[in-house]
Order: sequence, then structure tokens, then C-alpha cells
Amino acid sequence: MNNIPQLPLVKWVDVAVSYLRSNARWIFDPISDFLDAFVNIISDGLMILPPLVFIALMVIITVILTKKIWGLPVFVLLGLSLIWNLDFWEGTMLTLALILSSSMIAIVIGIPVGIWMAKNRTVEGIVKPILDFMQTMPAFVYLIPAVSFFGIGMVPGIIASVIFAMPPVVRLTNLGIREVSTELIEASDAFGATGWQKLYKVQLPLAKNTIMQGVNQTIMLALSMVVIASMIGAEGLGTEVYRAIGRNQAGQGFASGIAIVILAIILDRLIQVLNKKKYSI
Amino acid sequence: MNKIEVRELTKIFGKNPKQGIKLLKEGQSKDAILEKTGMTVGVNRVSFDVKEGEVFVIMGLSGSGKSTLVRLINRLIEPSHGSILVDGEDLSKMDKKALIETRRKKMSMVFQNFGLFPHRTIIENTGFGLEVQGAEKAEVETQSKRALKMVGLKGYEDQYPKQLSGGMQQRVGLARALANDPDILLMDEAFSALDPLIRKDMQDELLDLQQTMKKTILFITHDLDEALKIGDRIALMKDGVIVQIGTPEEIMIKPSDEYVEKFVEDVDRSKVFTAAHVMIRPETIQIEKHGPRVALQRMKQAGISSVYVTKNNHELYGIVTAEVAAQAVENGVKDLEAIVIKDVPTVSMETTLNDLFAVIYDSPIPVAVTEGKFLKGIIVRGAVLAALAGNEVNLGE
Repeated sequence: MNNIPQLPLVKWVDVAVSYLRSNARWIFDPISDFLDAFVNIISDGLMILPPLVFIALMVIITVILTKKIWGLPVFVLLGLSLIWNLDFWEGTMLTLALILSSSMIAIVIGIPVGIWMAKNRTVEGIVKPILDFMQTMPAFVYLIPAVSFFGIGMVPGIIASVIFAMPPVVRLTNLGIREVSTELIEASDAFGATGWQKLYKVQLPLAKNTIMQGVNQTIMLALSMVVIASMIGAEGLGTEVYRAIGRNQAGQGFASGIAIVILAIILDRLIQVLNKKKYSI
Repeated sequence: MNKIEVRELTKIFGKNPKQGIKLLKEGQSKDAILEKTGMTVGVNRVSFDVKEGEVFVIMGLSGSGKSTLVRLINRLIEPSHGSILVDGEDLSKMDKKALIETRRKKMSMVFQNFGLFPHRTIIENTGFGLEVQGAEKAEVETQSKRALKMVGLKGYEDQYPKQLSGGMQQRVGLARALANDPDILLMDEAFSALDPLIRKDMQDELLDLQQTMKKTILFITHDLDEALKIGDRIALMKDGVIVQIGTPEEIMIKPSDEYVEKFVEDVDRSKVFTAAHVMIRPETIQIEKHGPRVALQRMKQAGISSVYVTKNNHELYGIVTAEVAAQAVENGVKDLEAIVIKDVPTVSMETTLNDLFAVIYDSPIPVAVTEGKFLKGIIVRGAVLAALAGNEVNLGE
């Protein structure tokens, strides 16, 4: 091994990053501006309502969706009240804004990529290893270039969350479409459906449940990035946790952790309700 | 008139179909090609014609290539070689757009496991073909309702497929195929997934519908009884090749090789053969010129106990038995009219042996076979039993 010179991988990446940093501003700046505006609109929108009104609204929505009074609506009421009581309201809204914007971006990119993968073997062959890479590369590692390109704050947090959270929705969209039985595909072909008609009328509706599972997982993964994103200045509940770690405050850390858990449970259950089947397969 | 003409249609699954076709043309067998190149011959240079309004059955065991063949015809599977002419237009050379147009307007398909869309209601399933054509909503609805009514599913419009039984689901499959009023129906093992009683009902219903629809139907099955029942003509497939094409009778009576012979061995012959196959030429007298004496004379000569009476050249009139004729002669009755029994059991030429049994069993006299008013032949018990046991049948028309 000693005779073989070391591969200058480290140097290559460094050179590439610094080159992009100084020469690709024209790409990164507009993206950065857009994301910044996007997440601001969402967080401002969330914080426009007083906490009490927000909680009441969420409870009403939950009642309508679940068609139940007990169970989830009660949990929403108590959970959000606890967050408010513990004085995590602003942090929670910022975190929610981060999760919503990054998962929306992940879904808007992820579903079409998943569809493309399902329709084209070559694309599947190329995208699959990229997804593996995105999921297994430790999240901290791509925080570094994200900061180089986008500075610190919410934007690199969103970028990192999108990269980390996108693979499930892509994979499950691909899977959902491929799972549609051959006979149904043959049926739509035999009656003269075009490729788009087949996609809209048959494949997507039948893959919907699987795709929604992917959406759910994507949102959960985005949530799990909250604390990591706070290391590069993305504000929210993650910041509280991160600060508690730095100051060795077990109580504060636990309390903000609880707030994240409450948020996660509410998001997860609401998405599952939305994903109820109308017909059985 | 030929609606579909299939020539040299071939499907080779594998990396280099061209090479496979070359080998096939050199006369290499399916097994040899598999061994040499690793490619599977699905359908091997199949040619046949389907006439307009005909029910053409392709029959074969699993792996014989019949399901591949039907998918080659609407190009759900791309042919490796050969042509498919529908109304003189070659489907195999069509571009994507023309192919979609042909699938929309000319042919539709019924699937073995129904192929219904679980997320669509019955009426939405039925209207799928019209919907993708871009037909008006109202038009889609009227046509779908009409098709559902045809198959006896009125009132189920807003249910989902899983709420219906298997038989009903396949009716929806049939309604969907009929909704856009295509000339050709491709039915791939359409009734194979149904249980036997429902299957029989569906076969009868298809035949009833066909009486009025007069579609050109290509029906795939592995069940010979089904093939014999609904097919105007049958093609038998084995290892991707058609081994024999013929009417049900021809297949039964003149199997082209051992394979077909083995196949037809176990068939319920009573469902295949008809009165026309077992009738014999009747001994007759004419009401206008003959009397009881001639009747008795005829019976004596032929050694039979009754004789059929006709008028106006072969119109069925009645029957005279030996006992009555003898008595009439003794009593000096001259007029045949007085002793003719007019109420005789009759069947048509197409009556199957199966249905003949009941009539013959109850009747002391031979049963008359008629076509319209005319007496075509008579049936005696012995001939029916012989037909069931062996090969003693008429091969006229």
C-alpha cells in the first residue's frame, strides 16, 4: 500500500467547494433568497395568530379530520397548551416553519423524481445510489458545504433537511407506482390510455397510499434534522436543545425535547388520518 | 370477410430476437433455440384469419403461448416478427398514436382477473375507455349505463369492484369492453377465474349477447369444453405453434395429431355433437298419395314399427304406427288422415345430444329432426348411444 500515493480526495472536495463558493454565487444566491423568503412567509403566517387561537383552530381541524372528540383532539389541546405554558411557542412555530418548508420542497422535488424512476430503468439505476448516499452520509458532513454556500441561518438548515428527508418520498413513490398490478397497467393500455392518462387515472391514485407513507416519513425525517440544523443557526426548538447541551441543563433539554416529541406526534397522526383509504384493495 | 389476419406472428423473449427468427426459419425447435441462445420462443410464426362476427377460440394449456398471442394482437407485447392486419391495416407497423387510436376504437379486452380499477366505481370503470378517448361526460355516462344494463348490472353503478362477487366483477369487465362499442373483443381466459356454475352462466350470456352484437371475438381459454361450447372455430396451440384450426366438430372428429387426439379424448361428447350428427334418413310416406296399406307395407319392408308422414314434399305431417295401420287395414279404412298422429316430438338440427336425452327418453317413437317445417331426419336411441361411445357420426355439413 505504501507505494501507492494517497488519493487526494480531501483536496479535490476542498478545491471544488471553494471554487463553487467563489464562482457559483449566481446559483446559490437566488436559491438562498428564495428559501429565506419562503420560510419567512411560513413562520410569519404561523405566528400571526395568537397561541390561543392557533390551539383552538388546530383542535377544530383535528376534530373535523378524525371525526372524534376524544383521543387526538384532546392530545392536540393538551400538547400545544403545554408547549405554550413552557414558553416554547415561538421556537415551536419556527421549527414547524422549518419542517414544513423543507418537507414541501422535498416532496415537490421527490414525487416527480420517483415517478421518473418508476417509468425509466436507467433513471432508477442512477438515482438509487444517489439516494443511498443522501441517506447514509452523516448529516453533519453536508452541513459544512451548506454553510459555505448559503451562510448560516434557516437556509442551510432547510437545504440539509431537504437532502436528508427526500429519499423516502422518492423511494416510496417509485415503489408505489411499480407495485400497481400488471393487469391494471395492461387494462389501461388496452383501452388506449396515453402515458399521462395512465399516470393520472391509474398509477398515481393506486400508488397514493404508498406515496403518502413516503410523505409521512419525509416529514418525520425533516423533524429529526431540527436539532442538527440548529448547529448552523436554524432557529427553533433545536436551538433550545442545542443550548441546553452546551450549558449542561438536563431539565431545559428534556423540556424542549418533549416539545419536539409533541410536535412529531401531532404531525404524524394528522398525516395518517389524511391518508385513510376510501376503498379497499 | 376476414376481420383479423395474422401472418407469421412471432414473439421471442430474449436479447436478440432477430437471430431467433433466423433460427426458427432454419427449422430449429423451440428447445434447441433455448439451449443455444437462452431465448424463449413465446409464439412461433402463427398465422390465422378471424372472420367478421366470428367467435374464434385459441385453446391451449398454460405455457402454450396463447396469452402471449392475444397480447401480440393489440401489441401489449411487441411482436418480434410478423403482421397483424385488422380491416386490412397492419397494426405491427403502426406508430404510437395510430396504435392508441386503434385500441380506442376497434378493439377492447377482457382480462382473466378482471383488471378492474379498485379506486373507481363500477360506472367509472365501465366508462374508462370512453373517458380516455375524451368523450363528453354525459356521453360516457349514457354509454356506460347502456353497457351495464346489457350485462345485467343496472343499479350497481356507484359500488366499488371489491363490493361485487367474482361473476359480477367480470360482468363489469365485459361491460367496460362493450362500452365503447368496438368491433373486436379480446377475451383472455375471461371466465377461467370464476367457479364452474357462474362460468357456465357467463358463457351462455356471452353467446346470447353475441347473437345480437355480432362482434368479432377472440377468446382465449385452457378449457376445451368451454372452447367447444362457444367457439365457431378453434385453434389449438402447443409450444407456441397452432397445431390445428377447425370447427368444434372437426377438432373432435378429425384430430390432426396425437396431441389433439389426447386432448379431445376426455371431452363430454354429448355437449359437442348435435342432432344433425346422429340423425338417420327417415322412411316416409306422403299424405297426398298413400294410404294405410302402403304404410304397413313400408314398415314391413324396412322392419320398423312406425313411419313418418310428409306432405308437399318433405314437410313434416305426422307419424303412423304399425299397430294402428294394421287395424285400419283390417277395418277397411282407406284414408291415412284418420290414423296419423300429428303430435310428434321434434328437435332442431342444432340440439345437442345432452338436450336430446330428455326428449328421446320419454318418447316411444323416433324423434323427428326438423328445419323449419321440413323433416330432415329422425333419431333413434341406438344412434345417440353409439355417438357417445364412439365415432359413428355423420359428417355432412
